[in-house]
Amino acid sequence: MNGPKDSDNGYKLVVDGIAKSYKRGKERVPVLDELSLNVRAGEFVTLIGPSGSGKSTLFRLIGGVEKPDGGRVLIDGGDVTGKSGLISYMPQQAALFPWLSVAGNIASALVTAGASKQEAKALAAEWLDRIGLGAFEAEYPHVLSGGMQQRVSFLRALLMKRDLMCLDEPFAALDALTRADMQKWLLELWEADRRSVLFITHSIEEALLLSDRIYVLSAAPARVVREIAVPFARPRRGDVWTDPAFISLKQEVLALLEGRR
Amino acid sequence: MGNKTLRTIGLPVVTLIAFIGLWQLYCNLSGIADYTLPAPSDIAKRMADDRELLWSHFAATLKLSFMGLGLGLLVGAAIAVIIHSVPLFREAVAPLLVISQNIPLIALGALLMIWFGFDLTPKLILLVIVCFFPVTMSMLTGLGQAEPHLREYLGMIGASRWERMKRLEFPASLPYLFTGLKMAATYVVSSATVAEWLGANKGIGYYLQLRFKGFDAAGVFGSIVCIIALSLVFFGIVALLERFIIRWRPSSRGEWKAVSK
Ligand SMILES: Nc1ncnc2c1ncn2[C@@H]1O[C@H](COP(=O)(O)OP(=O)(O)O)[C@@H](O)[C@H]1O
Ligand SMILES: [Mg+2]
Repeated sequence: MNGPKDSDNGYKLVVDGIAKSYKRGKERVPVLDELSLNVRAGEFVTLIGPSGSGKSTLFRLIGGVEKPDGGRVLIDGGDVTGKSGLISYMPQQAALFPWLSVAGNIASALVTAGASKQEAKALAAEWLDRIGLGAFEAEYPHVLSGGMQQRVSFLRALLMKRDLMCLDEPFAALDALTRADMQKWLLELWEADRRSVLFITHSIEEALLLSDRIYVLSAAPARVVREIAVPFARPRRGDVWTDPAFISLKQEVLALLEGRR
Repeated sequence: MGNKTLRTIGLPVVTLIAFIGLWQLYCNLSGIADYTLPAPSDIAKRMADDRELLWSHFAATLKLSFMGLGLGLLVGAAIAVIIHSVPLFREAVAPLLVISQNIPLIALGALLMIWFGFDLTPKLILLVIVCFFPVTMSMLTGLGQAEPHLREYLGMIGASRWERMKRLEFPASLPYLFTGLKMAATYVVSSATVAEWLGANKGIGYYLQLRFKGFDAAGVFGSIVCIIALSLVFFGIVALLERFIIRWRPSSRGEWKAVSK
């Protein structure tokens, strides 16, 4: 890694030589192999890689619900390996609690993240209104469509007072139209607020549309095959995909992903 | 919906009426002595004659069963939560739990009366021993059954052990808890009757003993009717409570699990 060292406050997140393997039967199967990457403050970084390459595993290590076999996780320069409660998280499945109302789902997560009950309630109500789901505030999640549930799930991650958001294939389960809609919406919200984001996807277009930087990962055990700085200006135009640079980058990533299989 | 309600309520009622009708017919036509098999009309007459006495005993059993069931619910839920939180405890107390269910009710009742006399205490203890077990067992299943996605989500955002219990495991166990509570509700009245039979001066069990000693078959049947009615009341109360508390499920059962997919 070149540039500033871990202790420099330019880096929100540094993953330093992380290794992890799982036992499958008698064998140990390596899933992450000395993986290093970083996210600067206010940067939108995407991980793209074949499914099964270990991306969600990396998130569990960053989130502190599992411990790595080797390597460190640093947030704001401090070693937080194995510590949880420092990130906000949006999983692939909306993971809403069926017994809590839509507003209750958001509020209870905010309380876990350290907000007071009143503050959490007010914030949830205000933002649900703002994203056009005010009418569903008191409903149970099963009333919502898949896209609406993802919106609630994203809002829950966005409103937690934590500087690093980890989003794990948040739109993978959605149909193409809803997905495009959600991307546009996410882009708007994020560009207004500029939090540090680590985003997982297996859609190249999605990665190019949203991110400042992309790490292309190999199949398991995951290593960084290439790091790509996305050159398009912010705020992103919805039609960047017509840009010739977009097309050539897309081909480059595609070749990397295919070449490694 | 209306059609279904008619079937689930109407059909059993028709069966019951037909059964009682046949019984009445048999008694009238065969000329069997009413001290051997009283006709439904004899039983009804006996109950009407005894109504004041019967009502006071009915109320006593209602009160005893209600306290027993309530206390059994509390004790059962508490044991489940403790066993779930301290896994070592599970192995340690499992044999005791099973033994507590294998001692015949009358033997246990007799012992408790020897130790605690003939007032409320031994009867309540007996009912708690009867009621706690199905509650503990079913709730324990529910506590371990919480959706893995939700479990992981809570881990990632750094929820404490206590929050995990409060937000996830406890609510997820409620549908299971009610299954156990319904079982307890079906046992509690007949167990209360046994306790009253062993040593009391009020309650349906006491009344039953009086009528038995007089070889009054119609009176014995009258107490059976009361016991069934009481059991139905308790089952109904628990079913209503379940409906009132578990409102997050979509109308068709089992579907709510798919919500968080
Ligand atoms: N808890 C676990 N135990 C054993 N193997 C696991 C576990 N979690 C993940 N794996 C394996 O690690 C690999 C990477 O999984 P994952 O991180 O979910 O991949 P991705 O998110 O990139 O699709 C897979 O082969 C998976 O089977
Ligand atoms: Mg994954």
